[in-house]
Amino acid sequence: MSTFEFDGAGIEFRPGQTIGAALVAAGQVSWRTTRVGGVRRGLFCGIGICFDCLVTVEGEPNQRACLVVAEPGLTVTTQEGTGHEHD
Amino acid sequence: MTRAVIIGAGIVGSACAEALTRRGVEVVVVDRSAVGSGTTSRGEGNILVSDKGPGTELSLAELSRRAWLEVGELIGPSLIELEEKGGLVVAQSRAGLEALARFATGQRAAGVTALDVGDPQVLEPRLAAGLPGAVHYPEDMQVQPVLAAAALLAAALERGATFRTGTDVTAAVRDGDGSLSGIRTADGQVIEADVVVNASGTWGGEVSERLGAPVPVLPRRGFVLVTEPLPPLVRHKVYSADYVDNVGSSDAGLETSCVVEGTRGGTVLIGASRERVGFDTTLSVPVVETLARQAVALFPFLARVNLLRVYRGFRPYCPDHLPVIGPDPRVPGVIHACGHEGAGIGLAAGTGRLVGDYVTGARTHESAGEWAELLPDRFAGPSEQQV
Amino acid sequence: MSTTDVLVVGAGPAGLACAATILEHSSLSVVVVDAGHGPGGQYWRQPAPAVGADALDPAELADLHHDRARFDALLHRLEQGRTDGRLQLRSQHHVWSAVPDMQGYAVHAVDRGRGPSHVPGSTTVARALVLATGAFDRALPFPGWDLPGVMTVGGLQALLKAGGVVAGRRVALGGTGPFLLPVAAGLARHGATVVGVYEANRPARWLREGRAVARNAGKLGEGAGYAAALLRHRVPVRAGRMVVAAHGADRVEAITLARLDRAGHPVPGSDQRVAVDAVGVGWGFSPQLDLAVTLGVDLTPDVAGTEVVAVDDAQRTSRPGVYAAGEVCGVGGAPLALTEGRLAAAAVVADLTDGRVPADVVSSARRVVTRQRAFATAILRAHPVPAGWADRLAPDTIVCRCEEVTLGAVRAAIDERGARDARQVKQLTRTGMGWCQGRVCGYAAALLSSGRPGPAVERLVAAPVPLGTLGALAEPTARPSRRTGISDDAM
Ligand SMILES: Cc1cc2nc3c(=O)[nH]c(=O)nc-3n(C[C@H](O)[C@@H](O)[C@H](O)COP(=O)(O)OP(=O)(O)OC[C@H]3O[C@@H](n4cnc5c(N)ncnc54)[C@H](O)[C@@H]3O)c2cc1C
Ligand SMILES: Cc1cc2nc3c(=O)[nH]c(=O)nc-3n(C[C@H](O)[C@H](O)[C@H](O)COP(=O)(O)OP(=O)(O)OC[C@H]3O[C@@H](n4cnc5c(N)ncnc54)[C@H](O)[C@@H]3O)c2cc1C
Ligand code: FES
Repeated sequence: MSTFEFDGAGIEFRPGQTIGAALVAAGQVSWRTTRVGGVRRGLFCGIGICFDCLVTVEGEPNQRACLVVAEPGLTVTTQEGTGHEHD
Repeated sequence: MTRAVIIGAGIVGSACAEALTRRGVEVVVVDRSAVGSGTTSRGEGNILVSDKGPGTELSLAELSRRAWLEVGELIGPSLIELEEKGGLVVAQSRAGLEALARFATGQRAAGVTALDVGDPQVLEPRLAAGLPGAVHYPEDMQVQPVLAAAALLAAALERGATFRTGTDVTAAVRDGDGSLSGIRTADGQVIEADVVVNASGTWGGEVSERLGAPVPVLPRRGFVLVTEPLPPLVRHKVYSADYVDNVGSSDAGLETSCVVEGTRGGTVLIGASRERVGFDTTLSVPVVETLARQAVALFPFLARVNLLRVYRGFRPYCPDHLPVIGPDPRVPGVIHACGHEGAGIGLAAGTGRLVGDYVTGARTHESAGEWAELLPDRFAGPSEQQV
Repeated sequence: MSTTDVLVVGAGPAGLACAATILEHSSLSVVVVDAGHGPGGQYWRQPAPAVGADALDPAELADLHHDRARFDALLHRLEQGRTDGRLQLRSQHHVWSAVPDMQGYAVHAVDRGRGPSHVPGSTTVARALVLATGAFDRALPFPGWDLPGVMTVGGLQALLKAGGVVAGRRVALGGTGPFLLPVAAGLARHGATVVGVYEANRPARWLREGRAVARNAGKLGEGAGYAAALLRHRVPVRAGRMVVAAHGADRVEAITLARLDRAGHPVPGSDQRVAVDAVGVGWGFSPQLDLAVTLGVDLTPDVAGTEVVAVDDAQRTSRPGVYAAGEVCGVGGAPLALTEGRLAAAAVVADLTDGRVPADVVSSARRVVTRQRAFATAILRAHPVPAGWADRLAPDTIVCRCEEVTLGAVRAAIDERGARDARQVKQLTRTGMGWCQGRVCGYAAALLSSGRPGPAVERLVAAPVPLGTLGALAEPTARPSRRTGISDDAM
């Protein structure tokens, strides 16, 4: 089974899925906190319009989980706020 | 009581309304559209002394800076996001630094605080390494233009002014002796007034013609880039000292001089271009690319930051690049307050003061003094004066 | 920079049909640019191309596409064009600007298919530009709509069609429109318990649309098919109900439903709480107009007051050389989008070459468009946003998800500071200034401030672009992409 790493844990996925789809399939519904209220967010529109699903991929913040295709060995991390807080 | 109609609820008209009601003038503000929806909503909110050499515009900028601080005190600086954050003008070459140093010397003589900075990274850690030097202008400030216009207008309304939105001014109404008695609107109404203030910004030329007192105000296009929200990584307003004249489009006189600054909302604004292309609304991709390149040269971290939005606006400019402020000699009762080009936000509060002086008679055409250079007389040639 | 005769933005039904028809009836070169992983758009959304034993096989999801054959035929035609060197499909390319150029139109895109740290830009100049950018779900705020697990209806569908994933075990669907039914049916077939489909409008509204319905009998058959599927899976469909709140701590755990009165207001005391772990809500679709507005083509309001691209009966816009097809011209479903794509192709071929698409093909397409546009209009009339959509919002309800602006702040801008449209609300409150640039909250902000959908918003930048890409300064360095298959031209 193909896996990528999410906050240190392995997430199994089926090649062809996006990171967002794989996370939802694994029971994970949120992977970022907002910069004002600090509340959790995940997929909303599913097609790249709403930017609610932003996540850090390979250290690069603000990637849309609903668009980025999952690949074996990718490192995905929960994004806090702007994603640049520790820049 | 004097009754004034102010045409335009941009930053300038709103500042005039605040200043006039403060002096007890009865004010009606009219605008085709909403408060702050014209050029005021299309630019940045820089209140600058750093970009002005000695002369009338610098004097007005200094008056205006003081007036903004007072207004801020009155309204509450955080409501209008008024911040004394200071400007940092950064040279990117030795030659640039020498020119900047000369400019700053002249400004100091005129009373501007301009501090030499050997290592710009001390003030602005994210700047590119190895830049030769900078000048720090602690007096530069920033405001959120639409919030400021709305708050100034609200202050005037609280003092009894009225605001008529959706009202297009079409003509002046004159008495038998030719003096002004009001204005006419597109829906056929007449609003009576002793004084009419032309604060219609980029449309000041058209409105002044309708009032029978034409002054030339032309559009100068500008684009501003807005990034994704970031933590406060840029602390000052940071300018490149070099104006870059863009080859190839000299017709339009394209200039881009990069200004990078953070906002309360977290976005970074990158301004601004200047082009004389009339009211052409097309997005210019080369301009956007040039601004991006300049910004990344100053702040390399921006390379990975996304552009989310581009604003476009048309600065109101007079052929001699000075605003036109003061009573019109041709139509008694008309006072102009437009043509502030790329500095209308910064100069608005001071403009309100001057207009207040003219309306109440504290200052007249004859006693304009150091502000005489701004009078409309320079555009009111003798032949027109006989009209 | 590269050049082509025709550039089509969008590889959904409209864009694909347009490209295929041009390839078939002319020798013009065509570039299709699309943000998705592969061709298909929303309707034929597919998993990303992948290899491996555990790869998601589109065949597993074949039941979600009942006209797969038509899609395959289009792909086949495009594949031929590619072999002939006349077609390029650029997937995962997001067009951020399309502007007039001396030779026609310059289309600027960023390639998001090469990994997060390498986002190259590209410019293509085309003699003719076809806008087939489709639509996106229309969302309206309600308390709790920002909880994880609450999505748009289309979002649930996209997750299922492209990922084979059902968003939850107990799913509720709300909003309005015929689209709720196929999504519910698909979710139920793929293992979710659909606790209910809550359609705000009542079927009685359809009685007024008899003529359009009669002329589109096929659509009724389709609807009946979904109804039967829902019956089979015991999915209750309730009309006159609306999701008025979502509840939960870190994710949605329940929703509150309310019954709507005849006038479309939630009836006090009619609340009902339902446990769920996923919700999809959709109020129809908004056309994706960003490129069209910046190009300055004429727009026209649909029956519900939403602006759409105005086209003549050959899909020409008001700007010479710019054509539009599919849901940018008004939401109307995939078959209509396909047909408009073919018509647009006929106009392009007629305008750019000496040849023609056969007259009978054009005239029959035109008849189909007329008939289906009438049906689309009937759908819009039968499925309005209820008058009381905002009755149950609270002052702390988030309106702008990106900038986290509450209804209280929006109302203050309207009531105390005189904001009369979405732009003024934005200037005063930041509603719509965040990542999504108001694509999600703009409709609500317009309704709240002006009572109408309002004029189309100008967005000079249609998709985010890294500044380094713009300045062409970003070296293709950082971390090399791990991607194996590059999506460029992937078919
Ligand atoms: C999320 C979602 C799911 C849907 N699912 C279904 C469904 O299952 N069944 C159904 O009958 N209808 C569905 N619809 C309705 C849909 O709109 C169809 O009617 C149909 O897909 C419309 O075809 P189209 O060609 O006009 O546009 P679309 O299919 O929407 O295609 C437009 C394409 O243009 C691309 N695009 C837009 N802007 C840019 C840009 N700037 N740069 C690059 N590419 C761009 C988009 O990525 C998209 O691939 C769905 C709609 C949405 C929003
Ligand atoms: C890209 C860009 C960046 C800028 N950056 C800065 C900056 O950092 N600092 C700075 O100080 N300045 C800046 N400016 C300049 C500044 O925005 C303008 O100088 C200023 O907004 C002008 O204000 P105004 O009130 O005169 O005009 P406007 O805001 O345009 O107001 C004029 C009003 O008159 C109304 N009107 C016009 N005709 C009629 C009529 N016939 N009847 C009724 N009403 C009418 C209009 O609707 C409008 O609301 C920038 C400008 C641009 C374009
Ligand atoms: S879910 Fe909306 S952009 Fe990804």
